[in-house]
Amino acid sequence: MSTTQRTQAPATGGGYRVRRSSLTSWLGSLGFLVILVVLAFVPIAFVPVVIQQTTSFLILVILASMWNALAGYGGLVSVGQQAYIGFGAYAVIFLTQRDVEPYLSIVIAALASGVLALVVSPLLLRLRGGVFAIATWVVAETIGLIILMQSSLGGGTGVSLRALNVYAVADRRAYTYWITLAFTVVLLGAVLLLLRRRTGAALQAIRDDEDAAASAGVRTRPLKLILFVLAGVGCGAAGALTLANTLFIQPQSIFGVQYTAFMIFMVLVGGLGSFEGPILGALVFFVAQNEFADLGAWYLIGLGLVAIGFALFLPRGLWSLVGDRLPDPLLPIGYRLRSGKS
Amino acid sequence: MTWVNAVVQGVLLGGLYALFACGLSLLFGVMRIINLAHGDLAVLGAFLIWQISTSFGLSPFVALIPALVVMLALGYVLQKTMLTRSLRGGPLIPLLATFGLSIVIQNGLLQVFSADVRSLGGQAGPIAHASWTITDQLSIPVLGVVVLATAVAVLGGLQLVLRRTGIGREMRATAQDADTAGLVGVPSSSVYARATAIAIATATLAGMFLALRSTFSAASGPTQLIFAFEAVVIGGLGSLWGTLGGGIVLGVAQTVGAQFDPQWSILAGHLVFLLILATPRGRSLDLGGVRA
Repeated sequence: MSTTQRTQAPATGGGYRVRRSSLTSWLGSLGFLVILVVLAFVPIAFVPVVIQQTTSFLILVILASMWNALAGYGGLVSVGQQAYIGFGAYAVIFLTQRDVEPYLSIVIAALASGVLALVVSPLLLRLRGGVFAIATWVVAETIGLIILMQSSLGGGTGVSLRALNVYAVADRRAYTYWITLAFTVVLLGAVLLLLRRRTGAALQAIRDDEDAAASAGVRTRPLKLILFVLAGVGCGAAGALTLANTLFIQPQSIFGVQYTAFMIFMVLVGGLGSFEGPILGALVFFVAQNEFADLGAWYLIGLGLVAIGFALFLPRGLWSLVGDRLPDPLLPIGYRLRSGKS
Repeated sequence: MTWVNAVVQGVLLGGLYALFACGLSLLFGVMRIINLAHGDLAVLGAFLIWQISTSFGLSPFVALIPALVVMLALGYVLQKTMLTRSLRGGPLIPLLATFGLSIVIQNGLLQVFSADVRSLGGQAGPIAHASWTITDQLSIPVLGVVVLATAVAVLGGLQLVLRRTGIGREMRATAQDADTAGLVGVPSSSVYARATAIAIATATLAGMFLALRSTFSAASGPTQLIFAFEAVVIGGLGSLWGTLGGGIVLGVAQTVGAQFDPQWSILAGHLVFLLILATPRGRSLDLGGVRA
């Protein structure tokens, strides 16, 4: 975590060091680790409703981070990530109907959603902006309609995940929680890795200006493909985990565009194009959902208005208010030039 | 003969989609914005017409006029408060802002008008259900012909305005390069305001026809947006007559698909759209999101 490189600066003749870590990032990483350890013990220490709620929260974190990876770094505003959410959930139904172990099914379903993203990517990734946005939506609608027609998957009335009944209720709740936590760590870890490695600078260049990045020699297409497939895996996992958490799905809701609305809200409020922002956004959304969801349409009107407000006036979200005051990102993804003599 | 009937109905349905698509296409062409609230604005227009029509016992065609006034005023406010500002924020912001607007309109309508499904067919009188019977299995609905004729007139009129008038020249200039157009005395803000006005007006018109020929509810907007967008892409971005052709292809795909199985109707439209995306024409959409 403290990789340092020496470079010669020709103008001054003195040595400079590029540092990847700093006090902020050490403290930040430590903070994330502590939170992670605490999270790992939630099923042991808390009552069932807390476990289930924390599972929902972690799923929101996954969704927000995946959408941010697409829009915040790839410049890809997808209105159709529900395609993978729904596909992941129904893949679990499909696999468990064929006697695959339910938790293994969730892993396979997530990977299969990544394959789906890979399959549709040649069609979608050459599009940009609004055209890309609505084309992803059409793909989601198409997949939703096809699954709606499959009577073996429950058709329009929905379907329950019965396979999990082999576990005792308390065990099932804990296992679902832990596998959700594991997915959260792996998926966010993948985003972090992409940002920390050489690809990170390229991704941030694409985020700031895709054409300029391309003309500076960044190969944008493979990077966008990586993000798109990663988001497919992540959203597929989120869908499969939602099913494991709620045990029942309907095509109209799991393929519903409201998932996109929630993702856009979380990322815009938290902070587009930062690692920490979507996590903060998921937290805000989680609280808002628990406080105001009873208000029905008014709640959604409020979400829409807040999203518009952030898009127009604070497009980098709440995290920009905090993050801009910190000397470095909370996790060691930045580069900092220091005089080597010190 | 049922197949001929399906194609005829599809062509007429295509007129409606072209009317929906026209405003979307214009805003994209001039401002490089894909307005994700386009369908919801059309449905809002339909609700306004429904409200005016039932409150005062007016025909929907008369109620259209005050509804247009209200919608244009709303469009002006949106333009001033949201669209222009969002354009300054880079290519992602207009998408995010109009998506937020779509959520607000949908749920606002849900709150005010409930989730009930409505239709303007009853208020319109005999024209809504009249048709010319050609043979037993082929009948041509009068309303469908009116919609298609309106679509041709609107698209043709718009084409004429864009090609032949000073306003049209200014729009084309701004579409090509807003900054340079501004330098020679064509302020982009007034051009954008006009384009938004036309888009809102045609959306309201399309919303009325949707409500006349079938049903609508607070949740109808996104589907109409998707159909409009498919019509634009199938027809080729930036071509108004292409949009009409795209609408008709989509309409025919849906009605012919429904002949196989009613469940196939919308799916067939989506599949034709995805097929077009995979062809060389779809590949030319590489330029689709290039900023102005």
